[in-house]
Amino acid sequence: MSRIGVFVCHCGENISATVDVEKVAQVAGEMGDVAFSLDYKYMCSEPGQALVQQAIKDHNLTGVVVSACSPRMHEPTFRKASADAGLNPYMCEMANIREHCSWVHERSEETTEKAIDLVRMMVEKVKYDKPLEPIKVPITKTALVIGGGIAGIQTSLDIANCGHKVILVEKEPSIGGHMAQLSETFPTLDCSQCILSPRMVEVAQHPNITLMTYSELESLEGYIGNFTAKIRKKAKSVDHSKCTGCGDCWNKCPSKKIPSEFNAGLENRTAIYTPFPQAVPNKPVIDKANCTYYKTGKCKICEKFCKAGAIEYDLEDEIVEIPVGALVITTGFQVKGTDFFPEYGYGQYKDVITGLQFERLASASGPTLGEIRRPSDGKVPEKIVFIACAGSRDEAKGIPYCSKICCMYTAKHAMLYQHKVHTGKSYVFYMDIRSGGKNYEEFVRRAIEEDKVNYVRGRVSTVYEKNGKLIVKGADTLMGGQPVEIEADMVVLATASVSRCGSEDLAQKLHISYDAYKFFAEAHPKLKPVETNTAGIFLAGACQAPKDIPESVSMASGAAVKVAGLFSKDEMSREPIIAVVNRMAPPQFSSCVGCFLCQTACPYNAIEREEIKDRNGNVLKTLAKVNPGLCQGCGTCVAFCRTKSIDIQGFTNEQMYSEVMALLNA
Amino acid sequence: MMTLGFYPGCSLTGSSREYAESVVAISEAIGIELKQIPDWNCCGATAAHNLDKELSLSLPARILALAEKEGMEEIVVPCAACYSRLTVAQHELNHDEEMKTKVSSIINMPYKGTVRIMNVIQMLQKYAVDKLTDLIKKPFEYKAACYYGCLLVRPHEILQFDRVENPQTMDVIMSQIGAKPLDWAFKTECCGAGFSVSQTKIVGKLSGKIVGDAVDRGADVIIVACPMCHSNLDMRRPQIETYLQRKVQTPVIYITQAIGLALGISREKLGLQRHFVPVKIS
Repeated sequence: MSRIGVFVCHCGENISATVDVEKVAQVAGEMGDVAFSLDYKYMCSEPGQALVQQAIKDHNLTGVVVSACSPRMHEPTFRKASADAGLNPYMCEMANIREHCSWVHERSEETTEKAIDLVRMMVEKVKYDKPLEPIKVPITKTALVIGGGIAGIQTSLDIANCGHKVILVEKEPSIGGHMAQLSETFPTLDCSQCILSPRMVEVAQHPNITLMTYSELESLEGYIGNFTAKIRKKAKSVDHSKCTGCGDCWNKCPSKKIPSEFNAGLENRTAIYTPFPQAVPNKPVIDKANCTYYKTGKCKICEKFCKAGAIEYDLEDEIVEIPVGALVITTGFQVKGTDFFPEYGYGQYKDVITGLQFERLASASGPTLGEIRRPSDGKVPEKIVFIACAGSRDEAKGIPYCSKICCMYTAKHAMLYQHKVHTGKSYVFYMDIRSGGKNYEEFVRRAIEEDKVNYVRGRVSTVYEKNGKLIVKGADTLMGGQPVEIEADMVVLATASVSRCGSEDLAQKLHISYDAYKFFAEAHPKLKPVETNTAGIFLAGACQAPKDIPESVSMASGAAVKVAGLFSKDEMSREPIIAVVNRMAPPQFSSCVGCFLCQTACPYNAIEREEIKDRNGNVLKTLAKVNPGLCQGCGTCVAFCRTKSIDIQGFTNEQMYSEVMALLNA
Repeated sequence: MMTLGFYPGCSLTGSSREYAESVVAISEAIGIELKQIPDWNCCGATAAHNLDKELSLSLPARILALAEKEGMEEIVVPCAACYSRLTVAQHELNHDEEMKTKVSSIINMPYKGTVRIMNVIQMLQKYAVDKLTDLIKKPFEYKAACYYGCLLVRPHEILQFDRVENPQTMDVIMSQIGAKPLDWAFKTECCGAGFSVSQTKIVGKLSGKIVGDAVDRGADVIIVACPMCHSNLDMRRPQIETYLQRKVQTPVIYITQAIGLALGISREKLGLQRHFVPVKIS
């Protein structure tokens, strides 16, 4: 017979305002097998926990029901307290009379009755609780970082510097990401490449980091500490062990009209290429989709000119399988193109460009070598209009959120333009200026006050071309909504930052969740910003939400600490809430008949086949067996099992039925 | 011959009789009989929805209820303002059961809200486009600036019709009868609308920009599908000319008149003699 203690919490007034807690404790005390009951103002406080522990000792309790908040909130607290008092922690259960009762009902007799019923159910459940032990699993101390932008670079370096192995996977031929494309960075105007390039080189040379560029995650299996990642290393068509990066191949390549991704389409590249001169690795790949040889079977000019003999057209994609213990996802963001804006010409005006394109114009490594020249005719624009919030904060465009970085980079763009074109005039149309951040507001004020950028508060309704000028029509809302018309030479749209194309697929491969805008979802918006809901998978940078460089870097270091923390132990324990197949004495061995319906139902591939053999090695019976490392305790197999041979530990069929019966018999 | 319901509204019986005439004329030519909704009333237009919500919903609801009573499944509403009022009212009532019941009792008639409301462009798109090529007698070979104005394609959430910033339906229909539609910047800009009566100077400026851009880009003709747009661009031509500080002879005609010309319908039947700016094209 069990000896159960019931502890009813007031939760301040959260519960006691609507539930008669004294009555709950009193009625609970009269239930069968309940040896002790008590109500207290804050059960989770130290004195509250001490009450539980004291009662376990004094009354020699075999089970505990804490009738308080959700088990998601304090189950670990009370299980630990019970364990400290000598009880197996899994003999402690929570009856949720807050979220499931007091918070959702008015004060009444019925509310108290419901709380009593909830307690009664848990008392019945605890009677069938069995002591369980946590499952120990080993940890593979290698981290997989997906995405080689600044966030991926930072997190890789931080993890590697803690002494752990890192695999950094980047889908482009070089690491660097968006930051490599930027000109100068706000609010200090230091050159982006100059601060990034050394980090990129450090990644390439770090003994603990394996860099896999031109590669993508194919699939991921396993669980925290024990993932297996399949990575597709796309065929580069160039043997990088032979290639010297001399450049003869791309200088001779006849396919020269491919829009350069790095230069945001403002310049062309060749089919065999490195994305930019400071690329890491600084060795080319062949873009098969645009290569004449792959398209027509003729050309091979690069092979002819390669002195190192490094060109290998027959190389094929390779899929490698790597065991990893944790992942950090740093796949970043992308910006909307000008074609997203019908009112600004559907992208048909060459001199209406995105902020990212302006970065390339302003960058010393860009197509104009840092001179601000407009794409249509190469003239230096005398008048530029910058449009902030292009798409962002616009419900009608489906992007109601703030892209966060645009206010700052638009101020920077206007400033850079004024620094480079002294006679030029610049206008910024804005909704609000959001310049929260160290030295950010000062930076914007500098653009307005020192560099004489004209800030106009209002939206631009339309941009159209007339006589070689771009007519920008907007309103100045600080002048009573007065219409403003500016004849500009160039228009720069601070287009919205959106989640990277394909992020949905990646999220599904990783089994992590994403929000309505397909940004990856953190486990808690405040307290778990770098964790995902899948244990062992972390986030950093703009794949979670739009963010600037300092924020991405902080988040990357945060994620690195989480990984290093996980890797600080050789093994980790997991909750033993997993499925088990029953076992019994020979000749039955188990009620399992070996139909393996459970195997087809299991989403985690956790069901294995186990052969029961006699001494001579003859197979007597084949049973299902659950791999405790892989099982996530979802219970699908339990529902499928036709002989009721599988149970979830801690949530057995017997326990569930007893809870239901407690309700029916009440 | 198929029959569609027809709601002319006030403009088509007055200032834009030629729109009604040409709509009826080309409908006949493509085998559609337009049957007026009996005892129709004012749609409420610009006044009602600024003054009284219930009134602004009840007026269109009565029209739609009458159409339902006649067993009409689809009705053609050529005036853009009427079209907007009827569609918006139907949308709002479909999303507010309580109001629907209330309005039904105000108009003292059952109201289901099931009638499909079409403007002329939608009617042409649905029933004429595939027939036009065969019926053309004389291609309308002009450079045409198709002007949609504000209400024909807005609000998009309700109408779900064409691209809001750069609509194409009229352009497609016009190219089908041989015209060269222009790519221009003022397709959906405001013409000044109801200020036509009270603030003719503002109308001169707003409509002036529209006419000016069309002319500068080489338009032979401006094509419209809204009586208000037509009044402003045509009747207010003196104010437009004052704003532009030049004479502008480019005519403004309804899309139905252009199609009528291509189908060889007589100018009188299309009401082409009724414009202020003489229509010299044929």
